[in-house]
Amino acid sequence: MTANSFELAQGPTKPQRKIHWGRVAIYVILIAAALYYLLPVYLLIITGMKSFAEVSLARMWDLPSGLHFDSYIKAWFGKESEGIRGLSNNFMNSVYLAVPATLGSALLGSMNGYVLAKWKFRGSDVLFPLILFGMFIPYQSILIPLVQTLQRMHLYGSIPGLIFVHIVYGIPITTLIFRNYYAGIPTELVEASKIDGASFLGIYRHVLFPISMPGFVVVMIWQFQSVWNDFLFGVIVTSRPAVQPITVALNNMAGSYIVEWNVQMAGSILAALPTLLVFIFLGRYFMRGLLAGSLKG
Amino acid sequence: MRHVRRDRLLSILFISPSVIAIAVFVYGFIGFTGFSSLTKWDALTPDFTLVGLRNYTRLFTIDRFLSDLRNTVTFTVLFLAACLIIGLFLAILLDQRIKAEGFFRSVFLFPMAISFIVTGVVWRWLLNPGTTQTGSSGVNLLFEKLGLGFLRWGWFTDPTIWHIPADSTVGAFLTRLGLGGLTSSYVGISLAMISVVIAATWQMSGYTMAMYLAGLRGVPDELREAARVDGATEVQVYRHIVLPLLQPITLSAVIVLGHISLKIFDLVVSMTGSGPAFATDVPAFFMFDTTFRGNNFAQGAAIATLLLIVVAALVVPYLRYTIRTEAEL
Repeated sequence: MTANSFELAQGPTKPQRKIHWGRVAIYVILIAAALYYLLPVYLLIITGMKSFAEVSLARMWDLPSGLHFDSYIKAWFGKESEGIRGLSNNFMNSVYLAVPATLGSALLGSMNGYVLAKWKFRGSDVLFPLILFGMFIPYQSILIPLVQTLQRMHLYGSIPGLIFVHIVYGIPITTLIFRNYYAGIPTELVEASKIDGASFLGIYRHVLFPISMPGFVVVMIWQFQSVWNDFLFGVIVTSRPAVQPITVALNNMAGSYIVEWNVQMAGSILAALPTLLVFIFLGRYFMRGLLAGSLKG
Repeated sequence: MRHVRRDRLLSILFISPSVIAIAVFVYGFIGFTGFSSLTKWDALTPDFTLVGLRNYTRLFTIDRFLSDLRNTVTFTVLFLAACLIIGLFLAILLDQRIKAEGFFRSVFLFPMAISFIVTGVVWRWLLNPGTTQTGSSGVNLLFEKLGLGFLRWGWFTDPTIWHIPADSTVGAFLTRLGLGGLTSSYVGISLAMISVVIAATWQMSGYTMAMYLAGLRGVPDELREAARVDGATEVQVYRHIVLPLLQPITLSAVIVLGHISLKIFDLVVSMTGSGPAFATDVPAFFMFDTTFRGNNFAQGAAIATLLLIVVAALVVPYLRYTIRTEAEL
């Protein structure tokens, strides 16, 4: 029996191979939407690739005549004769800032999540939302005393100061993600270890920590992305260009009229690249952090 | 038993650095800001003479602050509506067993990974209307090329505020009712704000898309199948079965996006600044200027405290509701 005769045997109502216009419409809309979302990327890339001679408003949508990396070089190294500060230094500042801040708040979040999920105490159910509230507050409401306190601690205007700030205000979200993550791990596992005589620290080190990797990946991606992309703390805590993170430096560069658009676009790509790469390669974990951020995780 | 007690103590020790940090840096600082807002501290050297609510009442006489309130309302309403509608629409489309779903999802979501500063710089370039000397630029130029020149406008440089004019019939009627205040330009829509909404929606609509898509995936297939067997059309299945089940997601999205829009700062700073006649100014930016450029700390603290109160009014009931439903599970 051939495939064809089998299909015939199904009856005469076999659907013809027709075009489903509804589905075509869905794809057309999706592709149009995708083009819209990619439009700024197109403009970023082509503008950044243009040579200085090609930059004109009338031709801003045209493709570049070839691959020119002058704009990237200028955005990265700057040009002293024109008074343009390069972003290389600030890029590295962001690296020195984001890595320790991410590790620090992830570790604290994991410790808090462990206690709040597996060692509940009287009042821990009140404490948890009180900690969570810290991730929703408008930071304007803490900036004034923050500056005063950092000055007293001799941390104001420095990268360590900024690291400290990001660790502290990262506690709520990292605690939330880890608490939900550990809540999903069977309590019997912890109870059994307790009966076996394992101590509080022993359970953390030998039972929970080794299976915490997925939680750490989600939290670290989330924290890295929010620290790297932060502007408010950067602009408040660091006033000297030499210690500013890249978002602040990019904003300064874009606000200065002497910097051409193609250099600004190249600078934007440089500033966006690390988090974009994380998104491209670890997008699945990015999604999880995102959904955890809406509490229901 | 000693063992247990030691573990209990250790668990408290484990969490105490964070608890102390949050107690000081969140609650202590909020308290300090609240206190500062009641003082005369209007220069670099603190002056803690109490002046009551003067800093608050004064705010409501400042043109910039009243413009900010109008802009925040405009922004929040348009931004939320755009994100929810676009996000839901894209999620429903992606839920139709689409080929390359992963690709589309990533394209709609990648702007979330980018800093608001980058978004602002790029969209300022995109929506830059151009001048009579330079000719059109950005999206305006694109419109011209596509033969849609009539769509050109000033984007974030347009100072127009849509409001009820006092000399119109409706305006005169309202004035007669003693509601003349509604004809003020502070009760209206700042058109320049639409540009900021476009950029913010470009960045954040993927977030609502992802949330709705996760929600749609949670709707059991049997439920839809049963409705289809009963003769429901695809539209009816969505309207009566699927959408009601997505309501908790809409609530979460409104809270998350709502508090972001109330705090919005980076995007405005990098994209438009205050705009013409404060057409794109927002409270967070006003607070920043007042406090850290103008050194009027008490006034800045008052703006910050008002912002916090509005955000708390939105978030606290939601946190209570979420924790309670979680406890019931």
